[in-house]
Amino acid sequence: MAKILLEMRNITKTFPGVKALDNVNLQVEEGEIHALVGENGAGKSTLMNVLSGIYPHGTYEGDIVYDGKVCKFSNIKDSEKLGIVIIHQELALVPEMTIGENMYLGNERGHKFAIDWNTTYAEADKYLKMVGLTESSKVQVKTIGTGKQQLVEIAKALAKQAKLLILDEPTSSLNEEDSRALLDLMLGFKKQGMTMIIISHKLNEVAYVADKITVIRDGTTIETIDNRGPEPISEERIIKGMVGREMTNRFPKREGVKVGDILMEVDHWTVHHPLYPERKVVDDVSINVRKGEVVGIYGLMGAGRTELGMSIFGQSYGVNFSGELKIDGQPVKLKKSEADAIKHKIAYVTEDRKGNGLILSQSIKVNTSLANLDSLAKMGVIDQDKEYAVAEEYRDKLKTKTPSVEQLVGNLSGGNQQKVLLAKWMFAEPDIMILDEPTRGIDVGAKYEIYCIINDLAAQGKCVIMISSELPEVLGMSDRIYIMNEGKMVGEMKASEATQESIMAAILKSGRGA
Amino acid sequence: MTMKASKVSSFFQKYTMVLALVLVTVFFAWRSGGKTLLPANLNNLIAQNGYVFVLATGMLCCILTGGNIDLSVGSVVCFTAAVGCKLMKAGWAMVPTVLVMLLVGLAIGVFQGFWISKVHVPAFIATLSGMYAFRGFSNIVLQGETVAINNEAFLNVFGGGANCYVPDFLHFLAGPESKLNVTCLVAGIAAVVVFAALTVRKILVQKKLGISQSIIGQIITTVIISAVVIWLTLKLSKLKGIPTVLIWIALVLLIYNYVTTRTAMGRHLYAVGGNEKATALSGVNTRNVYWFAYANIGLLAGLAGILTAARAKGIDPTYGEGYEMDAIASCFIGGASAYGGIGKVSGMIIGATLMGVINQGMRIMAVDTNYQRVVKGIVLLVAVMFDVLSKRQKR
Repeated sequence: MAKILLEMRNITKTFPGVKALDNVNLQVEEGEIHALVGENGAGKSTLMNVLSGIYPHGTYEGDIVYDGKVCKFSNIKDSEKLGIVIIHQELALVPEMTIGENMYLGNERGHKFAIDWNTTYAEADKYLKMVGLTESSKVQVKTIGTGKQQLVEIAKALAKQAKLLILDEPTSSLNEEDSRALLDLMLGFKKQGMTMIIISHKLNEVAYVADKITVIRDGTTIETIDNRGPEPISEERIIKGMVGREMTNRFPKREGVKVGDILMEVDHWTVHHPLYPERKVVDDVSINVRKGEVVGIYGLMGAGRTELGMSIFGQSYGVNFSGELKIDGQPVKLKKSEADAIKHKIAYVTEDRKGNGLILSQSIKVNTSLANLDSLAKMGVIDQDKEYAVAEEYRDKLKTKTPSVEQLVGNLSGGNQQKVLLAKWMFAEPDIMILDEPTRGIDVGAKYEIYCIINDLAAQGKCVIMISSELPEVLGMSDRIYIMNEGKMVGEMKASEATQESIMAAILKSGRGA
Repeated sequence: MTMKASKVSSFFQKYTMVLALVLVTVFFAWRSGGKTLLPANLNNLIAQNGYVFVLATGMLCCILTGGNIDLSVGSVVCFTAAVGCKLMKAGWAMVPTVLVMLLVGLAIGVFQGFWISKVHVPAFIATLSGMYAFRGFSNIVLQGETVAINNEAFLNVFGGGANCYVPDFLHFLAGPESKLNVTCLVAGIAAVVVFAALTVRKILVQKKLGISQSIIGQIITTVIISAVVIWLTLKLSKLKGIPTVLIWIALVLLIYNYVTTRTAMGRHLYAVGGNEKATALSGVNTRNVYWFAYANIGLLAGLAGILTAARAKGIDPTYGEGYEMDAIASCFIGGASAYGGIGKVSGMIIGATLMGVINQGMRIMAVDTNYQRVVKGIVLLVAVMFDVLSKRQKR
């Protein structure tokens, strides 16, 4: 049996009023990839924050034993000294600085008052090569894509002489291709003897990469599953541990929904990049949606899906538009105004709920009414009783878990925030809803509830356009699927006839990666 | 036990500045042997700080949009006052002069708001240039001289001179020998009655809708505010009654409390400051929200100019210097967030009052003016520090 590198014993962490972790135990062997899975709020991130010293010794109970010694970290520096390095879900890079500057930020080469830039860039290049990046370390971070930025984060961790690497949702903002490359990189590091802990919601990735999987639920460890058998473990098996019951069907059936006439048509739609107007981000795309239909738009990151959705919604992204938008057969005069789009009964539910969707410092009530405040106001004065009633109605309908609609949105979990965002746009009473990554970063249970809401919308005769980068979701939820790549529409198929393979083949055939 | 402790700490978090105001008031009353609470001094407190309340109200709207401030208000106050004084010297009557002054303020606000909202000049820079330019214009208009006002009506209505009080037309109720100002008393009682009625209505509506709010808390707040109002009315009625400037302050505060809490535009101010992108994607024209905020503070600067000119019975080219900072400080002490989206008129009132009480207390105790500034600076820092710390603990 291999040596135990890390053992966390009976960790209990209490926040005022809540027990976030309750007697959690975790054993990580040297040289393995250990996955932590669990629903949002189960305590995964809290546990890793305890390990890395963000919550210092003394604020929790229990012991951290690393390399045979009991450790008492009082900050991140202490844990990094021993080679425990955490890469957070949100990238912590300064876009205006170069890759090299970023990698050695706070860890400068040479002297504090005389930084040795030659060594910095030479060493940086060495680590970049290790993660498979060919970029020079003198390039500004903002010029490279998100996938590569994630690799820079890993190179940065390597530069800190990491022995135990913790990756918190490393693939949440990556497309399938980049995700797979990242996972393979992790497997490569494992061969060289690196120990890793990965936190992820994407169970297929966990099954692919992890040797052992520890399931955390409600702040306690439920089980540790061994995944070193010849066959990778099934996602259903992991989900069972996460939700405490068997999930027989991840996608609810949509029954008795009649798909009606075409409501919206987009013809020869072309959009240019706002900063580089010569670049086409959406290139001659034509789509249509019928009443009561759920249309999936699948594509890799950068395929132009979000850009398509946002440009249809009042040209809120891009410049130099061309093409035609028809609603109910009537051409709609294009205007650069979100308010105009809402007037035409189009809604766009953003993929970035914290950045573009919600006002975190305001209540559920205020967020719910924002896109349709006029309907609650007379002469500019808001009818507050009506507003409250509306917020209550949608909380009820969407089963948002909150003590009150006066609760600040920033205090809600990801899944509940997503429901508030949906409520906001449902209250705007659109006929056409463009949902961009509606289940990003939320847990299995909440996902199922969101799918049910989508089905309800379709049953009410609304057009739903669902943009997603999760293939099973696109296949499981759509009636029809459009496939995009590099700004172009490269395929359209009925969901009943589509498979993961046929969709990926359409993308490969269109040129990229082939 | 923990429940109780967390309740106590959340109480302190919510009412830090109210408690600070009480402590500071008590401190100065004690150190000055009760002088600060004499009717004449309370009257002065209101008269001297009229402009702060008016400007801070406008500033709050700007700050709500994302921590944006308006540095030009001090200069705009001086400029509108200069224009008004010149007009009255030329023989203009009160009403047209006042209208012109308000319009000048509004026009300046619209002008600066244009650059900020449509051309995307940072607010700080647009209003910094306004601060220089309108100080210069004031000097040009006044030709470097002090211009006095001798329009009695103007002074009486806007709080300057010896007769700037609401006439005691209800005096007959108490008989001619009474020394109290009856109108003032009646107005105070009326205000309390209306306030209590509104609170009761609010509680009833909450009950009907099933909103769980602490009823006892609301009643206590109402009682305390009513008590302060009654106490103040008693004090003022012993002197000459309601200073006219108080009417203007009350009007502005009531209107803007309503605007920020009940209207769609008010909601948009908070929304833009909370998350501009999300607000734009919700179909709100965010640029117009900025324009509104800056046009609005221009208008209020015009009103502050009127009050300042009346109070000083004239204007000289240095008036209004530093007024912008008093307004900004009042908002931040009153709990407005420097990042926007958070802040209330009620908080700003506490902030402005706190600054006023400290200013006046030190003046009565004859503290050196330089030290007064030091103390003001420290108060601002400590206030915001408390605010930041108390919010951090919450996480």
